[in-house]
Amino acid sequence: METSRKLIRKQSLEKLYNQLSATRKVYAPVIADDKQVEFKYNPGFAEVTFEHIRSTLSVKNIAFPKVENLFLYSNGKTESTITDIDLNKIPEVVLWGSHPCDNAAFDALRSIFEWDIKDEFFSKRMEKLVVIGLSCHLSDAYCFCTSVGLAPNSSKGSDILLSPLHNGDYQADILTEKGASIVNSFSELFESTSGEEVVLTTVKQKFDHEKVTSKLNGAFEHPFWVENSLRCIGCGACAYVCPTCACFDIQDETRGKNGKRYRSWDSCGFSMFTLHTSGHNPRNVQSARWRQRIMHKFSYMPDRNQSLGCVGCGRCSSGCPVDMNIAEQLEALQNI
Amino acid sequence: MSDFEPKVVAFVCNWCTYAGADLTGTSRIKYASNVKIIRFPCTGRIDFMLLLKAFANGADGIIVSGCHPNDCHYTSGNFHAKRRWIMFKELMDFMGVDMNRITFSWVSAAEGAKWADVVNTTVTRLREMGPYVSYRDLVNKSVEEEVKNE
Amino acid sequence: MNNLIARAKELLENKIVQVIVGYEAGPTGVARPAFITNPAKADLLIYDERCVQNLAVYLTKPEVRNLGKMAIVATLPVMRSIMMLISEQQIFADNIIVLGVSSDGSLLDIADIKVMQAYIEKSDLGNPVKDRALLVELNKLSKEERFAYWQKELSKCIKCYACRQACPLCYCTRCTVEVNQPQWIPVQSNTHGNMEWHILRAMHLAGRCISCGECGRACPVGIPCHLLTMQLADEVHNYFKVYAGTSEKMSSVLSTFEPNDKESFII
Repeated sequence: METSRKLIRKQSLEKLYNQLSATRKVYAPVIADDKQVEFKYNPGFAEVTFEHIRSTLSVKNIAFPKVENLFLYSNGKTESTITDIDLNKIPEVVLWGSHPCDNAAFDALRSIFEWDIKDEFFSKRMEKLVVIGLSCHLSDAYCFCTSVGLAPNSSKGSDILLSPLHNGDYQADILTEKGASIVNSFSELFESTSGEEVVLTTVKQKFDHEKVTSKLNGAFEHPFWVENSLRCIGCGACAYVCPTCACFDIQDETRGKNGKRYRSWDSCGFSMFTLHTSGHNPRNVQSARWRQRIMHKFSYMPDRNQSLGCVGCGRCSSGCPVDMNIAEQLEALQNI
Repeated sequence: MSDFEPKVVAFVCNWCTYAGADLTGTSRIKYASNVKIIRFPCTGRIDFMLLLKAFANGADGIIVSGCHPNDCHYTSGNFHAKRRWIMFKELMDFMGVDMNRITFSWVSAAEGAKWADVVNTTVTRLREMGPYVSYRDLVNKSVEEEVKNE
Repeated sequence: MNNLIARAKELLENKIVQVIVGYEAGPTGVARPAFITNPAKADLLIYDERCVQNLAVYLTKPEVRNLGKMAIVATLPVMRSIMMLISEQQIFADNIIVLGVSSDGSLLDIADIKVMQAYIEKSDLGNPVKDRALLVELNKLSKEERFAYWQKELSKCIKCYACRQACPLCYCTRCTVEVNQPQWIPVQSNTHGNMEWHILRAMHLAGRCISCGECGRACPVGIPCHLLTMQLADEVHNYFKVYAGTSEKMSSVLSTFEPNDKESFII
């Protein structure tokens, strides 16, 4: 569809939020007691923050929850019955105020979950999701969206993208049918644009992702991996805060006769992620696991999914207990 | 609450308390039937995780019991257990788990009457305390967490 | 710091060690572990108030061990971790050189284990001051309030196991959470399962935790999980009058006993 641009005044933005929040689930960022930024369902407008750089966790859980039941079962004497999850119960959710990097990550996730066979859980959640993104007027040393082909005001993945103006009002780019239908239902809140310039942060480009991708081709045995992963302690923090990491584990949990099969987030950084039943572990050292993380995002995904597996949000680096700074490593990789 | 009957799980060692409980029976001493006894080779084998699992599966109270110090069939299992229970109790207290719901005791094979007393006092106390709602809520709430997006 | 760099260079140049495990400054200014194998790169080493990570976690990491004999920049918690690792026979005292640094940043002369032990023994071995204050606050709360507090905190846990991986004493190659017959701890993250995990972790570190606070610092979602092990470190001292990591011969509290251990709750 043809995109259009409107203006929304600060007071109207509050009205829009309150009206959306009154009729559906709105997932919006707030600053918690411990100063961390987290997304919550339907917080009051006063609580919602417009001044955050990044939330501690990404918002991928809206489409790919940290735990999700796949089906329920009940074991009888001779046979078992399986109950499917009713996907129609998945509610409509408006994602409010997530930044362009997080929104672009939904495309990367889609390239995995809808690569071959469509993952019906993911697809249904995406279908019910409306994204009202917010361009960034703040950034820090961990941000590197410009190095992976994005920008503080990329519209990728958003249905509506809000960008702050100097006077506190917002420019609203209406990008999809879903976005247009929201604007149409609250058309009295939107005005025609005054052409004022938006306030954006600048994020310095640290590397050229195409160069990285081409360098990775053939760098599998490079000593770089061991040298640069010595300090990695092998936790799953980077994968769990990452907006595009899509690995999951499948488990059965039975209580008495009844049980459920669920999937939950997993991480390729864990030592047992690739352990075979035989006892053999093809990625038996941390350097191999760190290589996998970078290769997957910057070589395998561009190759097979036609999408980068990284949106430059910087969470993996800011959340890492040992400062495994991915942007720094990619910068070094393009010159090996 | 008057008709509330607490569910109690007793983790006991094979050599002393289990034999003691047997003696309670052969001595024809009556005691509260709320208790489900689980027999272990030694108190040293009673992992604290088992106690947590009992609460998670709906126990209102727990009894942990074994040989008196110096009487362990394996010489020192109960001494090790004692240290572990001290640490476990302090940790649970710190995390706000109700330690009045766990009775630790030493009951020898000759103390049939003491076993009946341990069970009866525990059950009476638990009857007054009522069901362990807060722990059950925690478990139930956790089950719901998985589906909160639906 | 200059002394540290000079000493590191000397050790590498004379091939006394093959690698120095210390701190360097990352591109965003945070201090992070550095593994220096080339004497020319020893200038990268830093030591200041940013250097808080417990480096002893690398003593048992296979790829670091493969580099050869190492010297490690060691603050008091690192020295205590080394003591624990030696007493639990995870490392040999002869294989490492300790570059001790005091709290004011000056280089200590730690010639051998005996000297290190003497240094540890004359140091304050209780929990760090700011954590002591937090523990006092929490212990003032009622049982119900503490239960609610930990539920709220542990509901944030995403089961990334950074707390475990950052701990020098969580060196098991297969953790209880990875055992699935039986499945002690649920794989998924939910408040109850997360609580079971943190109880298990704290219990397995009871009498072994050396109060470095690395677990809490590593947590990406900010759970103060170090308070659990620190509370137990306090209790270990109350009951058994010992601090972990003070002697290479000491067995951990829960793997030993005294016949006259005192308690007041067993009937």
